[in-house]
Amino acid sequence: MSDKILYGYTGIFDTPDEIILAANKVAEDGYKKFDVNTPYPVHGMDNAMKLPVSKLGYAALIFGLTGTISAVTLMYFLSVFDYPIVIGGKPFFAFPAFVPIIFEVTVLAASIATVVTMIALFFKFPNISHPLHDTEYMKKVSSNKYGILLQADDLKFTEESAKELLAKLGAKDITAIYYDQAEISTEHKIFEPKFISLLIIIAVVVSGSTYFALNKLMFMVPFNWMMEQSKIIPQDNNSFFSDGKAMRTPIEGTVARGNMPYQFKGDPESAGKYLKNTLLPTEKNLDLGKKKYDIYCSPCHGYYGEGDSRLRGQFPNPPSLHSEKVRTWTDGRLYHVITEGQNIMPSYASQMTRKERWATILYLRVLQRSLNAKESDLE
Amino acid sequence: MSSNQTNIDYSKKDLPGILTKLGFALFGVGLVIVISAFFIDHTRAAFNNLILLLFLTSIGLGSLFFVALEYLAGAVWSTPFRRVLEFFAATLVILPIVALPLLFNMHDLFHWTHNEVVQSDTLLKSKSGYLNVSFFIIRMIAFFVIWLTFYFVITRNSKKQDISGDQSLTSKNIKISAVFMPFFALTVTFSAIDWIMSLEPHWFSTILGVYYFSGTVLAALAAATLAIVLLVEKGYFVKGMVRDHYYSLGALLFAFVNFWAYIAFSQYLLIWYANLPEETFWFLHRWEGNWMFVSIGLIIVHFIVPYFGLLSQPSKMDPKRLKFMSVWILFAHFYDLYWLVMPTYGKGYAVFGWIELGFPILAVGLLILIFTFKSKNQNLIPIGDPKLKRGLNFRL
Repeated sequence: MSDKILYGYTGIFDTPDEIILAANKVAEDGYKKFDVNTPYPVHGMDNAMKLPVSKLGYAALIFGLTGTISAVTLMYFLSVFDYPIVIGGKPFFAFPAFVPIIFEVTVLAASIATVVTMIALFFKFPNISHPLHDTEYMKKVSSNKYGILLQADDLKFTEESAKELLAKLGAKDITAIYYDQAEISTEHKIFEPKFISLLIIIAVVVSGSTYFALNKLMFMVPFNWMMEQSKIIPQDNNSFFSDGKAMRTPIEGTVARGNMPYQFKGDPESAGKYLKNTLLPTEKNLDLGKKKYDIYCSPCHGYYGEGDSRLRGQFPNPPSLHSEKVRTWTDGRLYHVITEGQNIMPSYASQMTRKERWATILYLRVLQRSLNAKESDLE
Repeated sequence: MSSNQTNIDYSKKDLPGILTKLGFALFGVGLVIVISAFFIDHTRAAFNNLILLLFLTSIGLGSLFFVALEYLAGAVWSTPFRRVLEFFAATLVILPIVALPLLFNMHDLFHWTHNEVVQSDTLLKSKSGYLNVSFFIIRMIAFFVIWLTFYFVITRNSKKQDISGDQSLTSKNIKISAVFMPFFALTVTFSAIDWIMSLEPHWFSTILGVYYFSGTVLAALAAATLAIVLLVEKGYFVKGMVRDHYYSLGALLFAFVNFWAYIAFSQYLLIWYANLPEETFWFLHRWEGNWMFVSIGLIIVHFIVPYFGLLSQPSKMDPKRLKFMSVWILFAHFYDLYWLVMPTYGKGYAVFGWIELGFPILAVGLLILIFTFKSKNQNLIPIGDPKLKRGLNFRL
């Protein structure tokens, strides 16, 4: 035993009450570096050992708050900036809907990070060597005995006094624990090949099984059954209705919600006579009109309505919008052209809403006025 | 340390007479206000009476739940406190008297009692198999019978044990508690449906029973914590209460504050997300006019303040903090019940006046009187209970 170093003295007790008393006595005696090993957590042990309140709670707090903040940031970034989608008519930043996720991420971050902190900082994981391993003492205290250990590096420790104290407390099997410097180290072993390869294996297994589950398993029986549903999609044949069509036509005399039928189909004169612009030439409406004009009208009619298409002759150039004819057309007549199209010009009803069409007409009036200003405009 | 503490250091002392006087004073003032309230504005008084009934049910039924839970779980740490909870459970005895004025004012409280309204309302018509006056009263009587039966049987056994120390009484009570639990779950749910949800007969929320349960447990726990801390402080309780006991009470309070918030939020989230008009109007009523401030206040009063007040480990052991927090939580429970019941009375406008103040005064007076009355002839701790010594030696 001469080449081995003394780690400490151990003693064994039979009941939890005895170990509580012993721990209390040892702590009162002034020992700082001692430990108690029991098969299960004994109530009241923290008090008896005079341990300070654990600092682990702060780790839980910090990691929990980290989880909260990162969940809020992630949800905010994803659903407000990166990929805003309207879900169920809720605002993009739908806070109540985020709460469950924030809660879960907080709890998950706090609990996992606390456990990892505990085993990494306090137990020095992945260092798994300890002088008490493979001793008779450890075998006993992990089945049905209660043990106490006085460490040799405590300031009060001498071999004689430790033995005496344990004997006085009534401990059985008082033994010295020795260890070999070569075998035991207190260093962290994060870069040990064994540990690194364990991490690599975990990474490969997790990513491999994730890949398998999402890309292969989903397409195997029975997991692919959800993809083949007995539903009828548009353009399908439908045996349920007598006409065999999957898509139903609206009931006669009804209008789909939000849909306004155009009542002047093929009748430009009536449209010019009866349709009136519903918008006022406000700055907001003119801005909208300019935006829509620049997008939909300017490719052929030109930015100023002079018929100078920038399509370089790929289409026949349309006539100028500043002609006498167009200037004297009513708003309703222009609306009809945008809605139904004219000659080679297609209908823009599906690209522009009714409001946008009227706003574009307001903007067109501004363009016309700019080339044919009245005397009174100068004043 | 724990093993050599063999004898139980308790001798029965009578509670100070000033407590009884205080109880009578509060009770008297409250009763005068309540009776005059019924003469001046009987509709408003009836709504407040409903809050009072719910509050006293919370204390009484929640306490009985904890007594039964202790037996059922074989809990040791709470055994020294059990008598305190049994005293508060005695509130159940006066519930029928508190509920009596409601039966005479059902027309003011419950929309569905009006026959002509029900006839013209398809939804109420189809609900009338459950929501009708006679079945409502039958259910109410059934609740009281069930609660009082279990209350008397459990406490009688517990009292008997003080003298005989017979251990078989404990195992008897465990069996009774096991039978009580499903009855408790059903009655607390259905009483919440009858007394809270049926105020708005078109509305429904499947979680409301659990919501009321969380408030019930919280109120009973707060009342017991307050009583225990005060009794220990003034030296009337058994010696040997340490911070480990306080910590357990504080941790339970903290847990149920969170539980309440969890349930309350779950109810809100589902209704907000589904956005169905037949459910959302209930919350919209609580967002109209100055009800908005009451609703925001509920989150602060019932969750944020007690949450941060009890978050840290030392605060759960501090008797001063526990005293303050339990008074606060009792207030928060009253606030919660006000928020649940009163929007039906004052749609769009939250009223608070001397009538609303009189009922809590009456409630506090009643609770003090019940407690002092029960403690006159009984020990404050179950001295015959086989678990008592282990309970006193309880350490975390």
